[in-house]
Amino acid sequence: METILEAVNIVKYFYDPVKVKVLDGVNFSIAKGDFVSIVGKSGCGKSSLMYVLSTMDTDYEGEVKIDGVSMQRKKEKYLAKIRNEKIGFVFQFHYLLNEFTVLRNVMLPGLKLNRYSEKEVEARAYEKLQTLGIGELALKNAARLSGGEKQRVAIARALINDPDIIMGDEPTGNLDKKNSELVFDIFKQLSQQLNQTMLIVTHDPDFAAKTNRIIRMEDGKIVDEQR
Amino acid sequence: MKPKLLFNIAQSLLMARWRQTLIAAVGVTFGITMFIALLSFMSGLNDLLDGLVVNRTPHIRLYNDIRPRQHQAVTKWPAYKNDYPIISSLKSGNVRQEIYNSGPIIQALEQNKQVLGVAPTITAQVFFNDGTVAINGVINGIDVAAERKLFFFDDYIVAGKSSDLNTIPNSIILGKALAEKLVANVGDVVQITTSTGTIFQLKVVGYFQSGLNDFDKAQSYASIQTTQKILGKSSLYITDIRIKLHNINEAPALAKTFGRIYGVDAEDIQTANSQFETGSFVRSLISYAVGITLLIVAGFGIYNILNMMIYEKMDTIAIMKAMGFSGRDVKTIFLVIAIGIGLFGGGTGLLAGYGLSVVINHIPFHTAALPTVKTYPINYNPLFYIIGISFSLITTYLAGWLPARKASKIDPVVIIRGK
Repeated sequence: METILEAVNIVKYFYDPVKVKVLDGVNFSIAKGDFVSIVGKSGCGKSSLMYVLSTMDTDYEGEVKIDGVSMQRKKEKYLAKIRNEKIGFVFQFHYLLNEFTVLRNVMLPGLKLNRYSEKEVEARAYEKLQTLGIGELALKNAARLSGGEKQRVAIARALINDPDIIMGDEPTGNLDKKNSELVFDIFKQLSQQLNQTMLIVTHDPDFAAKTNRIIRMEDGKIVDEQR
Repeated sequence: MKPKLLFNIAQSLLMARWRQTLIAAVGVTFGITMFIALLSFMSGLNDLLDGLVVNRTPHIRLYNDIRPRQHQAVTKWPAYKNDYPIISSLKSGNVRQEIYNSGPIIQALEQNKQVLGVAPTITAQVFFNDGTVAINGVINGIDVAAERKLFFFDDYIVAGKSSDLNTIPNSIILGKALAEKLVANVGDVVQITTSTGTIFQLKVVGYFQSGLNDFDKAQSYASIQTTQKILGKSSLYITDIRIKLHNINEAPALAKTFGRIYGVDAEDIQTANSQFETGSFVRSLISYAVGITLLIVAGFGIYNILNMMIYEKMDTIAIMKAMGFSGRDVKTIFLVIAIGIGLFGGGTGLLAGYGLSVVINHIPFHTAALPTVKTYPINYNPLFYIIGISFSLITTYLAGWLPARKASKIDPVVIIRGK
């Protein structure tokens, strides 16, 4: 199977207030179409790992390869382009831009990528919203949405550039049970129907149990893996 | 990368907080308004004050000065060729005050591209007889048309018409103070005695007020022909050629050239009135300093507001970076915001500055020194507007640069994880 994301011996320290080793030689890889969750206690380094893999955190030792290309010592601009093109993010807190409408929020990464014309990006954004069942919210202001709706918009935004991988940091952490299930169903659907690769950090065991592959972390190391 | 997208985002960020944007823009508007109004007003006053003297003063004056002859007989004697003569009790010779070949000189000057215009004049020392009293005075024989064009003669005529000098024979325009002393009304006849003792009768056709009272006590104007008649000279007799140039700064160099070519004395305005240039320079320096200070203060306002905006928009910046906008894109967005504020604030400032100038220009201002000035003067120089808008863009750019840089350096991980 084709490997999309590979982590080789990742070591990371936190320096403030004292030097702490958060990641201690993490090795693993994600193949195309994998639906992976990383679980572990608070402070075990699972989020830190995800931010290293996301290319946003560059302060680590070891090597991250996305689509076979090493992210070591790459320029900030190049990394931004990689994130734009190959990675979609869903965070715990929605992080929509309140200055824009829902549609515009979804369109922004697509406009930045500039692969399609503005018209096409708009059509695609509409389509993504429709698939997630929130097409009717398209022209609303992002600030006026409920938590569950915001998270679904964020997923639509993550999908707009057809990324190689979607990364989620506790995407259901801030949602009630009903919305959590809704969001999970969407992920499941993406995985099954579109064969979308996904890496989700969560501390919700119910959520993790339903993914294809669970990576359990403790003290900066991978201690267990289930399929 | 499409710059249009960044502009679009900047615009949305601006409009989302339009009140804040407006306050920042109003700061710039105020700065530019004051800059324009202050500079136009100061410069208008400056021109007015300079005009008091400079309007009436030729850029170059050609004349024959009274002085000892340069070549004394002894220096021409071959036997003393190598000696340095010391002559006691040297007296000024009987120099002819008339400029030789004045006709061809004037013609040549009028064809010179650097010369705006030429006004030939004659000065005649006379006594004005008022009963038993004889008042010392000067009659300036002038070419009325040239005088009006080059020296704004009509601006100083408070009664009568300057053109009457040409149409009414033996006519004179008296300085206002002189006319009061002579108790001469327009239409009256005054009697003068020339230095050679000839008595003349001249008809008063107007008053003249220069703003310098001492000057008005002694000066009067007549046409060149009348003055030649008074002095008993031919129609070629000219004692002064007064020249105005296109560019006043060329006066010193040209004065030297003209003096050498035409064999006359040539005095430039800078030498004759050096203190005016200094005063004028210092006054504009002060107004520029005040204007630029205002703009810098407005710049600090923008800096503050952009800084605040960036703290507010930390989340937005972080998420944009996560989505794939580079630090440079973020910097561009905030610079566009800053310059947008500058452009809008500056543009309104130009209009408001123009409006304020117009208002000042309509405030009544009466001074005895300048009979034709009725309101405060304003110089509507487009240069001030160009400086104003450029400076507003430069200050806002600089004020936006540091906050924009800060925004570009924001680490998205810190913001996203920090929640």
